[in-house]
Amino acid sequence: MSSVDFTWLIGGPQGSGVESGANIFSRVCAEMGYQIFGKREFYSNIKGEHSYFTVRIADKKIHSNVDDVNLMASFDAETIFRHYDEVVSGGGIIYDSDLDGIKTDAVHTLDAPFKERLHKELESKNKPFTIAGVLEIAKEKGVKLFPVSFKSILLTLSEETENPRLKGLIRMYNVIGVSLSLGLVKMPTDSLQKTIDNIFSNKPEIAKINQQTANYSYNYAAAKFENFDYTLPGTQKEPGTLLVQGFQGTALGKMACGCRLQPYYPITPASDESVFLESNEILEINGDRPGSTAVIQTEDEICAMGMTIGGALTGTRSATCTSGPGFALMTEMLGWAGINEVPIVITNYQRSGPSTGLPTRHGQDDLLFAVFAGHGDFPKIVYASGEIEESFYDTGNCFNYADTFQVPVIHLMDKFHASSVITCKRFDTEKISIDRGLLLDKVEDGYRRFEFTEDGISPRSRLGIDNGIFWDTGDESDETGHITEDPILRVKMMDKRMSRLELISKRIPNEEQAVSFGIEDYTIISWGSTIGPVKDALDMLKKEGISIGLIQLKLMHPFPADYVSSLLKDAKTIIDVEANHSGQLGKIFKQNISRDVDYFILKYSGRAMTSTEVYDALKKIVQNKAEKREVLMHGA
Amino acid sequence: MALKPAEFKTDVHNDWCPGCGDFGIVNAIQMALADMGVQRDKTAIFSGIGCSGKTSHYINTYGVHTLHGRVLTFAQGAKIANPEMTIVAVGGDGDGLGIGAGHFVAAGRRNVNMTYIIFDNGVYGLTKGQASPTLKLGEKTKSLPSPNTNSNVNPIGLAIASGFTFVARGYSYDIRHLKDLIVQAVKHPGLSFLDVLQPCPTYNDLNTRDWYAGADLMDEAQKRHSRIYKLEETGYEPTVHYDSEIEINEKLSQALIKSLEWGNKIPIGVFYKNENTTPYTKRLQDKIPNYLENPPAKQNVSKNGHSNTDISKILDSLEV
Ligand SMILES: Cc1ncc(C[n+]2csc(CCOP(=O)(O)OP(=O)(O)O)c2C)c(N)n1
Ligand code: SF4
Repeated sequence: MSSVDFTWLIGGPQGSGVESGANIFSRVCAEMGYQIFGKREFYSNIKGEHSYFTVRIADKKIHSNVDDVNLMASFDAETIFRHYDEVVSGGGIIYDSDLDGIKTDAVHTLDAPFKERLHKELESKNKPFTIAGVLEIAKEKGVKLFPVSFKSILLTLSEETENPRLKGLIRMYNVIGVSLSLGLVKMPTDSLQKTIDNIFSNKPEIAKINQQTANYSYNYAAAKFENFDYTLPGTQKEPGTLLVQGFQGTALGKMACGCRLQPYYPITPASDESVFLESNEILEINGDRPGSTAVIQTEDEICAMGMTIGGALTGTRSATCTSGPGFALMTEMLGWAGINEVPIVITNYQRSGPSTGLPTRHGQDDLLFAVFAGHGDFPKIVYASGEIEESFYDTGNCFNYADTFQVPVIHLMDKFHASSVITCKRFDTEKISIDRGLLLDKVEDGYRRFEFTEDGISPRSRLGIDNGIFWDTGDESDETGHITEDPILRVKMMDKRMSRLELISKRIPNEEQAVSFGIEDYTIISWGSTIGPVKDALDMLKKEGISIGLIQLKLMHPFPADYVSSLLKDAKTIIDVEANHSGQLGKIFKQNISRDVDYFILKYSGRAMTSTEVYDALKKIVQNKAEKREVLMHGA
Repeated sequence: MALKPAEFKTDVHNDWCPGCGDFGIVNAIQMALADMGVQRDKTAIFSGIGCSGKTSHYINTYGVHTLHGRVLTFAQGAKIANPEMTIVAVGGDGDGLGIGAGHFVAAGRRNVNMTYIIFDNGVYGLTKGQASPTLKLGEKTKSLPSPNTNSNVNPIGLAIASGFTFVARGYSYDIRHLKDLIVQAVKHPGLSFLDVLQPCPTYNDLNTRDWYAGADLMDEAQKRHSRIYKLEETGYEPTVHYDSEIEINEKLSQALIKSLEWGNKIPIGVFYKNENTTPYTKRLQDKIPNYLENPPAKQNVSKNGHSNTDISKILDSLEV
């Protein structure tokens, strides 16, 4: 069996259907049994700026993108200018032949620094500053060009279907691009039809036009294009395969593990999760009447956090979802939740900072901020999911940790997760256990909310139950929750709360704190979404006989110092891979383990890491040619 | 059996300054809770930060002393999660109209069924007497180094403009009247707001108890004329009865005009009241059919330690 590893790229102005085009393409490929890893890149803009989607397709499980593009479907000039050089020799570019003469200067969304680099390249190769110019370079490299006049396709189609509206419907360009691509790689056509029917199932009129356009374009490619090196005939589909987007993992996890209140304030890339939760607000409950998630859009993140805490005080599993700038606003209340021992979950989809930084781009910039968030000392948990599939189960764990240890939990996700699309095994709710800790339903007389106990965890009442009256305050308090400034009691209370950190380290199973994928002389430490590219890079190296170890950190705070140092005792060289400027994991690693990281592989261009570039950097390290800090740059 | 006001007291030492107007407000709240016969464990007092923020510790119900300016956010979350709770939020004028002003406006739009009481003393008490948002431009209370450089916000006007559906003013030295207002406010089916004039003898030497009583306003017969007068004694009618746009606008305009009265005549009582605006929890019920009968706090989320939520239909839709 030949192995398939194929990357398709579609690009166009924001709002032109790039995302839905990619959605159709991904679904069709997933329908045909392929594994998918897709990722969207876009500007902080609603309409007009460049947006693109890469979909990697393989016949085995993949965890990341690669640098190379095998086929690019473009229907605008900018996509060609920006991505022509990513297409490999033997790969192909489907493009709108009407654009041949377009000059770089005519594309107003090409920003100056990019244009400067492009002009330099064209000049050095003695090519005109036009589409034809860049395509010539591609052709000389061995890329096959597939010119099509998108306008005339619509025109012929409109005549054939006797639908005069069609000829002006440039909205159909994305479907044309997708279908030409599928025709070119000889994807069985019935899966395309099925997918379109599926996507437009409640809009039969639109389904019909899309169907006609798809068929026509598919056949056009098959008839007019010369043979292409790559074919995707389909493979064995594994039953129970999901095609999910990043934010759906945590959202479904929240539904399944009993989160019933999610106040939020809109912020990219976090809001998609809340919108998805609200779209599915009514929940089916086994053997009981329907339940629901109250999703509340608030006036700001401060209110979202306040409502989340207020909800948690009633015993409700409550969460909010945000990104860096929003999380920054929540930190005062984080301390309040800490001192009052309120279990809540904050899902933080990080993006590139500081400030609003690159609002729609990738970055793992908030690790240190999350670990140190809040004034004063108080116990909290910072937990990071690596891959989307994990995030479903991790969400359940985060709520259990919050409840059993009565602490706020910050669940770190990021933009790479949020805008990736993957195939994975169907989520298994059976595996979600629910542990509400010492949450009381009934309370005896003489209740004290913050009672000193042996393990430092006090039975927890909730607003509204008989005899369960308690007082909360952001000030230091006694066992009943009333304000105290007594120095002895203060020390006792502080010790009680902070002892929770040790308990957390002790009670959370090792394998939920950090995952070892093998320890070698060279061993990587990494966390969050970069785990995917690292895993794939390690696979590539293994094929060449190079074995590198990997530890994935999940419990970021309290840091699993003993466990991680015991794992690493035989590793000679430690490599930290993460997506920020300062090597934040390396910093807390050093702080907790007193061991230096030998190499950093970092990326902070705002673009997601690819396995190719991680592979390249690792190779340099083993060949002893690397700098201490290898900075990755791939991506437009 | 209904509890007496004393049973709503805690034995926590009250550390307010002698003569502070806050005492009257706490007494009025305790009397109102007793009057209404609420259950202690179905009631929660949420408070902000400031002298007034300590109120929740003095009342023997669930008490949540939150953060400066944020009391409404916590309180609304609790009410949304458990709509059977009786919830009263309290805080200072600095707390609610300065740092918390955004939440104040947003809460008005939401109309969560609960009560918000502002202890309005014109100063920041707990931080030692800086100007609060209700202090007038150019006024100089004793701990200000120079006269106030900001104009004031009008709490009644702001509440009306923000959509609060019950808006009233009380006076902390008229405890019976204040208690009646609190009872009406708590019973109001929606978000009710009470601006309570609260002399701070320690820092506000302008709006003192004597000033409110009109010690400086004598007629020819040397008779004092209290600045404070009761709206209900003037035939003022605050209630929207027919829920027509015309009537609502009429009642809103008269309330706004009344809210501007200040100086020698200061009205207390109910300015505006509209029971027809759908409360937030009912708005949720309208889109989540069994929300009120099975609200977040009442839902059972597990069976034998496992998830009881069936997400299989959503998973089916994601399956390829
Ligand atoms: C975020 C934050 N900023 C500032 C403070 C300090 N602070 C404590 S009380 C207070 C003012 C309280 O004034 P007011 O709300 O009018 O209440 P009063 O004390 O007059 O009852 C301030 C500014 C704080 N606790 N938190
Ligand atoms: S400072 Fe003013 S408001 Fe605060 S307790 Fe003293 S008198 Fe009351």
